[in-house]
Parts: sequence; C-alpha cells; structure tokens
Amino acid sequence: MLDFERDLDELRSRIAELEAESDLDSASDVLRQLELMQLELEARTADVFSRLTPWQRVQLARHRDRPHTLDFIERMIDGFVELHGDRRHGDDMAVVGGVGSLQGRRVVIVGHQKGRGTRQNVERNFGMAHPEGYRKAIRLFQLAARFGLPVITLLDTPGAGPALEDEERGQSWAIAESMAVLARLETPIVVAVIGEGGSGGALAMGVGDRILMLEHAIYSVASPEAAAAIIWRDSKFAERAAEALGLTSEVLYAADLIDRIVPEPPGGAHRDYDATAESLTAALVEALDELQAIPPTELVTERYAKFRAMSAHVESSPDEVVVDGSGVVPEDRHGL
Amino acid sequence: MPVRDLLAGRRRGGVPADLWATCRKCGAMHYRPEFEAGLHVCTRCDYHDRLTVGQRLDLLLDDAGSFQELAGDVLTSDPLNFSRPSGRYPDRVAKAQESTGRSEAVVCGVGHIQGHEVAVGVMEFGFIAGSMGGAAGERIARLFELAHERRIPLVMVTSSGGARQDEGVFALMQMAKTTAAAARLADAGVPYIALMADPTLAGVTASFAAVADVIIGEPGATIRFAGSRVVQGTLSRRAQADDHTAEWVLRRGMIDAVVPRRDQRRTIGRLIELLAPARASRRAEIGDTARTRLG
Repeated sequence: MLDFERDLDELRSRIAELEAESDLDSASDVLRQLELMQLELEARTADVFSRLTPWQRVQLARHRDRPHTLDFIERMIDGFVELHGDRRHGDDMAVVGGVGSLQGRRVVIVGHQKGRGTRQNVERNFGMAHPEGYRKAIRLFQLAARFGLPVITLLDTPGAGPALEDEERGQSWAIAESMAVLARLETPIVVAVIGEGGSGGALAMGVGDRILMLEHAIYSVASPEAAAAIIWRDSKFAERAAEALGLTSEVLYAADLIDRIVPEPPGGAHRDYDATAESLTAALVEALDELQAIPPTELVTERYAKFRAMSAHVESSPDEVVVDGSGVVPEDRHGL
Repeated sequence: MPVRDLLAGRRRGGVPADLWATCRKCGAMHYRPEFEAGLHVCTRCDYHDRLTVGQRLDLLLDDAGSFQELAGDVLTSDPLNFSRPSGRYPDRVAKAQESTGRSEAVVCGVGHIQGHEVAVGVMEFGFIAGSMGGAAGERIARLFELAHERRIPLVMVTSSGGARQDEGVFALMQMAKTTAAAARLADAGVPYIALMADPTLAGVTASFAAVADVIIGEPGATIRFAGSRVVQGTLSRRAQADDHTAEWVLRRGMIDAVVPRRDQRRTIGRLIELLAPARASRRAEIGDTARTRLG
C-alpha cells in the first residue's frame, strides 16, 4: 500500500462493508449512499492520479502488486509455450519468453520477470537479468525472424544485474549484442514498457519499430537510486533524481522517444489486471497490424532511422562556426 | 634539465607546472618529464594513465596534424533543463569545454594509422567523465556512417563513465543509436577496432564498444558494466581494486588482447592490414617507433 493509496483504500473498504451489509431489498437511501460513495471514490482516484509526482509514479511502476510479464502473457497469449535457456550457460529466471498467439497472430514474446515476495524475487533476481537472460532473449529473437514471427518485448527491470558474476559472464557484451541483433532483425518488433524501464538492462530488449508504454510505467537512463548515487553520491536522493530524470510516459511521449501511452485502469494497473491486459492487447495488435504490412528489410531501415533520430543536440551551421580540426570550441559557444 | 626551464612551462593562472605525477592506481610518484616521455605509463605497476584527446591522437595517428575533425559543431543541448548540486547542466558543459579545450566528450574525424586512412573517435574523460549524451552519440553515429560510406576502417578509443545522466532517456537512447550504427558497419564488412582505455564503463561498454570486431584493452584499464558508485548504491558491495581490469576481462574472454601503449599504433595498423587488405592504400611512411613525447 502506497501513501497516496491509503485514503482511497479506506473509502474502498467502507464501500465494501456497506455492500456486504446491503442487498437488493435494502432501503433506497442505503443504495443511494453506496452509489454516492462509488462516485466519490472514482472522483478522488482520478484526482489523486492526475497529480502524481514522478516519485509516486516510480512507486506505482514498482508496486508489489503490479502485473508482471507472466501476468500479461497469461491474459494476452493463447497457447503460450515457454522456451527456456540460452544454450550456453543457463536459464535466467529474470527473463521469460516463448511462443504463442495474440488474438490469432503468432508471436514470440520476451520480457523481464520480477517476482512477488522474497523467495520469488531471489529466484527472479528482482527482475535484474544476467547475461544469459539477454542471450536467451537473443536466441528467441533470432528464432522469431527465422520463422517469420513478429517479436513483442515487455520491459520491467530495475536494471541489468550488476554483480560480479554478471561482469564475469560479460554483461556489457550481452546487452550490446542484444541491441545489435534487434537493430537488424528482419521481423516486426513491438516494445512495451510495462513497469520499470531501468537503463541499459531495459533498453537491451527495447530496440523496436514501435515503443509503447503503460501510463504509469517509467523509463530511465538509470534507476533513480543509481542516478542519485551517481549525481548526489547517495542513493537517498532517489526522489529528487526521479524529479530530474524525466522518466514518466508523458515526458517521453512529448519528447518523441516513445510512440504511444497505453492507458491503465483507474487506480493503476495493479487494481485490474484484466483491464490492463486488454488495454495493452489492443495497442499491441494495432501496432503489429501496421507493421505486418511493411517489408522486413524496410522495417530494418526505418528502425535505424527511428533510433538515429533520437537525440538532443544542436548544430551550428558551418558558416557560423569554423571547425578548424583542433576541436577547440569557438569563444562564443562557451555560454551555450 | 635546469629547474628554471622546467618551471618556465607554467599553467594558466601562473601556477607552476606540477613536477611530479602520481600514479592513479598504485600511488607511485614519477618525475613528470620522464613520465611523459614514457607515454604516461607507470613504471611500477604498468597502469596506463588517462590521456587527453590531443595526446591520444598524437600517439595513435601517423600525423595528428592532418587529422580532419567531423561533426565538431554538433553540440549538446539541455533537453531536461537539468541541474545538480555541482551546477546547471549547461554550466557544467561550458566548464568542461573550457578545461578540456574540446566541445564535447568525444572527438571524431579522419586520420591515418600506418598509412591507412581510418575513421577515428577518441573520448575525453576530462569532459564530464567522458559521458555520452545526444551530441556525443550523434558524433559517434556519424563517424560510423562515414566509415560505412567511405569503406574505411574505424578505430574508437573509449574512456567514459557511461551515459550522461543529465540528458535522461535521450542519453540512454544513444546506446541503441551507436550500437545500431556499428552493427551496420559490421554488415558492410568494414573493420571496427575498439581500444578500451581507462575507464570504459556502463553505457559505453554495453553499447558500441562491445560490438567491435576486435577489442584491445589498455593495461590496467577498468572495463566493466556497473560503475562502482552504482554498485555501492544498490548492492552495498565495494568493488575490489583489481576486479574488472583489462587483464581481468581478457581472462574471461571478453576482449581480444591487452596491448601496451608503445605497441598500439603498430598493432592496430597490422590488424587493419590483415582485415581490410584492399583498403591498404599505402605502406606506412612513418616508422614504427612510437613517439617519445605526447602533445
């Protein structure tokens, strides 16, 4: 239970109590009161959720009850067959993937998988993939291209595993290779950030033709704690880092870094898994159908152009700034 | 050398040039003129100290004077209006530009190595920890595209703390952008050699640097995915001093070779000759011996 959810939850339990006591034969004033309380709950939920701070969004994206990849797969994918292992080292439980069909369309779906509770989270490494997780993903991406299936990736990780064992097995190499494979994969790729889009560990599976993002998901250059450690040298400044990093779906949509915000049910994805899955399914289907019409080689060209255009730089016209080959900045650029 | 002459080389602001260099790794003190003559390599622990872009180009290219810079007018913007305790982002950029004399954390262009025309990119760690934001990513992507168009080998010298936090997801996306550009060069069959210098971290290690055809590490260079501050912040585990050096990743099969500074130009030239023989336009005109003094 998050702080800003507490009031809403109290109201919700009062409604539940009253509902339990009443039935269809109850006095009309009781039923009327219930109706009013429902309306109040809706209004207050909408109000609270329209004023969420970036840090509250981070908390929602990490909510212990938030639906994770397997919750979505269970609701969206028919006849899902999970495929395990990277065929090199092991089977990383922090990444799940397999084949199945989405509304009659054959797909390969791969996502980060967080756990619920301590035991599951240890097993899933809190959704922080090991190198073998990315190598499993790469194997499935290539399998998709081989059989002409589109790829769906679901991003939900605090970041890639930063432990010694991850370094030993080449975490950087696994992430870079995954991006390089996706960049050239001759099949449609739709990416959806469903929870935490944590840094390179998320982006490793985030190179695609359409980038969707659930309303209260976050996507960040580093987790707020890591950014705080880098910027303020103390992870206690995570809340301030969250404000500064521009990690919400609205900011990223406005910056043209994602293509679409997928709405969540009132109160957030964790309040209604089915409705969230339905909302995401609709967006995925629409994206896949658009992409299916484009020849694979053209997809790759357009994908390159898409990421190639993601930047934040300025360029002075050549007659304004003389580039003398020394790389020295002309005086007038110092005040940039 | 008379002391008077040594003191004549004064730094800006009239502070006498420091006569002693301290090894970042083992703390050994070196008489600066000797340290510089030895290519900034510690004679005690063999750590290869960080170089500026100018020093690196001098060391690597046949003739640093004929280096032609590419996209030098691509400069960073401040998409998030970012501020941190050490200052507003644009002020930090301005300060970095002033202290390094470079306009961004990477300098890209075209030069010659052992007679071969090559696309060269060098990262400047002194510029906001060599971090990659939109401008650096753009320069690197253009360098890969130039190498692709002209079919000339590409050499990238990395020294970076990773993605530049101040640009948020804009910086993160440079990982995908530069890696995709490198992947296209690979498909075109043009060799790409990465030289990982101290330190090569996080968003740079895990993007265009890791996908090179051949990866060379500098002795003692830290090469890793997680920055130690990140690890301390999230896992409360302090990194060991000799974890994650070039030698460490070499033993784990992640890089091809660790090559000392004095041999790098020759080794890279040889690799280019072997991987792209058709591109070998002319034999080296300048001898193999590395310069004894850096710029």
